[in-house]
Amino acid sequence: MTSSEIPGGTAYAAEAAIRPRRRRPFTFARLLRASAPYLLILPVVAVIAAILGYPLYYLARLSFQKYGLFELIAHHGTSVGWANYSSVLHDHVFWQVLVRTIVFTIANVALTIGIGTLLALLLTKVSSVVRILLTAGLVLAWSMPPVVAVQVWVWMTNTENGVLNYALTNLHVGDYAQHDWYASSFSQLSLTTSLVVWGAIPFVVVTVYAGLSQVSHELVEAAEIDGARAWRVFKDVTFPIVKPIFLILTSLSIIWDFGVFTQPFLLIDQTRINASNELMGIYLYEEGYVKTDFGRGAAISILMLLIVSVLSIFYVRKMVRTGDEAA
Amino acid sequence: MRARRRRSRLVWDAIGLLLFLVIAFPVYWMIASAFKPDDELNGLTPTWFSLHPTLSHFRDAINKPFFWDGVKNSLIVVSVTVALSMVLAFLAAVALAKFRFTGRKAFIVLIIGIQMLPQAGLIIPLYVVLARYHQVNALSGVIVTYMTFVLPFSVWVLRGFLLGIPKELEEAAMVDGSSRLGAFSRILLPLVAPGLVATSIFAFITTWNEYIFARVLLNDQSKQTATVWLSYFYGTSRNTDWGGLMAGSTLIAIPVIVFFLIVQRKIGFGLTAGAVRG
Repeated sequence: MTSSEIPGGTAYAAEAAIRPRRRRPFTFARLLRASAPYLLILPVVAVIAAILGYPLYYLARLSFQKYGLFELIAHHGTSVGWANYSSVLHDHVFWQVLVRTIVFTIANVALTIGIGTLLALLLTKVSSVVRILLTAGLVLAWSMPPVVAVQVWVWMTNTENGVLNYALTNLHVGDYAQHDWYASSFSQLSLTTSLVVWGAIPFVVVTVYAGLSQVSHELVEAAEIDGARAWRVFKDVTFPIVKPIFLILTSLSIIWDFGVFTQPFLLIDQTRINASNELMGIYLYEEGYVKTDFGRGAAISILMLLIVSVLSIFYVRKMVRTGDEAA
Repeated sequence: MRARRRRSRLVWDAIGLLLFLVIAFPVYWMIASAFKPDDELNGLTPTWFSLHPTLSHFRDAINKPFFWDGVKNSLIVVSVTVALSMVLAFLAAVALAKFRFTGRKAFIVLIIGIQMLPQAGLIIPLYVVLARYHQVNALSGVIVTYMTFVLPFSVWVLRGFLLGIPKELEEAAMVDGSSRLGAFSRILLPLVAPGLVATSIFAFITTWNEYIFARVLLNDQSKQTATVWLSYFYGTSRNTDWGGLMAGSTLIAIPVIVFFLIVQRKIGFGLTAGAVRG
């Protein structure tokens, strides 16, 4: 990501060349005018540099040091070269966690985008009363703080008298009386998935619905008259128009779900967290912060940040392009 | 043809209603459980709607140790973070929306890129660096941490609002003899006020909901924020006071739900991209 090329930069230069150039005297006002944007962004840049830039630089340094509780108090680590990285990369748990996190991310993103899209399509089919109701429900789900949502999930899924077990048993899905949802890693992560997807769907529905409302009725109707089935209409008419929105939503969801922490951390509960259910964020927290091995934790953080930066290049480029169009 | 269409709409409506029930149920269940007496909560058969609502769980929740500390700390952290961020973000947004300057693109990359950083990946460096400057277990440490996350999306969102203001208005003000600064404060500021309010609310929600950094950076129970207080509600065992837990959850969710309903209409694509999510 270099800032060497500005799209439309040539057009801007041409415009400047056409504009008649008057020689204006150097004045204090002109200097102020030229430096104004820099003065305006200075505070934000300063805060970010101090609170994020410096720690990131420090993180890179830490990852090459032995830095535990002793070093934290002494404010001084001992350099160990690449030892932290090789320890992490030789830890089979790291690779297990990485694969698990990737699978978790794929499942969560697919469910979020899939269900979200179906709901957005449904919104175009229902009567206005149902649409308002459904939208209200989505906004309610959206507005639940993640920590609060976790507590509600814990209450709904508790083994003794959780409403989920009751409902599943009485809907004859199977015998779920006294079913322990926290018994296996798969079950724990599935529960986490349900929580994450529930919280993430509203954003997708609202965004896709907004995109769908740009698709003209005539186009869809014409395709229907030509005998196209619902799936064909979606695939060949609707989807191409909303495709850019899907690309952005998908890349955002990948980034968010890969780095998920609060929901699995609190729902699975610290007492149950172990090598068989850790996701990357939690692995990093346990290895670095809980075991106070900050050097090794730093190495894991750097690896995680690298993975996410690769994942987010597409999104960042897209957004930068939109941002650059204006002004 | 028309009859068939009406029938199919009925089917879609039925599916829509069913999905509404599923999606909204957790929120309903939280609020309903908060008002239920203990025998209804602990019974094997759930009570869908309590005929004997009680406020006792709310009393228990607010009388639980450190509830008021949590609320107070959250309010301090949120208000200081939002106030400082709005001033600084507004200035930077003006630069982005009204000026073209070298380094503008690099600044945009910075603003967008930061929002993509996984927070878990920043626990270690922020903890170590803040510990070094004695900012661990201090609200000030949490405030500056939150600012680094609130600033980028606030700049981005405010920039969008500023772009929506026609240049002619600003120019008209300048022709009238106002200085650029005067044009900003008298013409731009009132126009951008709704945007500032909406952005502040988004900032409020993100900050109020934040959990990881508050948990890692604040150790004393008296220093914890409301979300951390709630996360410790059931302790380690799951022999829980469900009514109290749901009452506490409701109390912490209410400000967010109210604010969310206020800004709901402003939820446009550009506004929410990368800004608010769990």
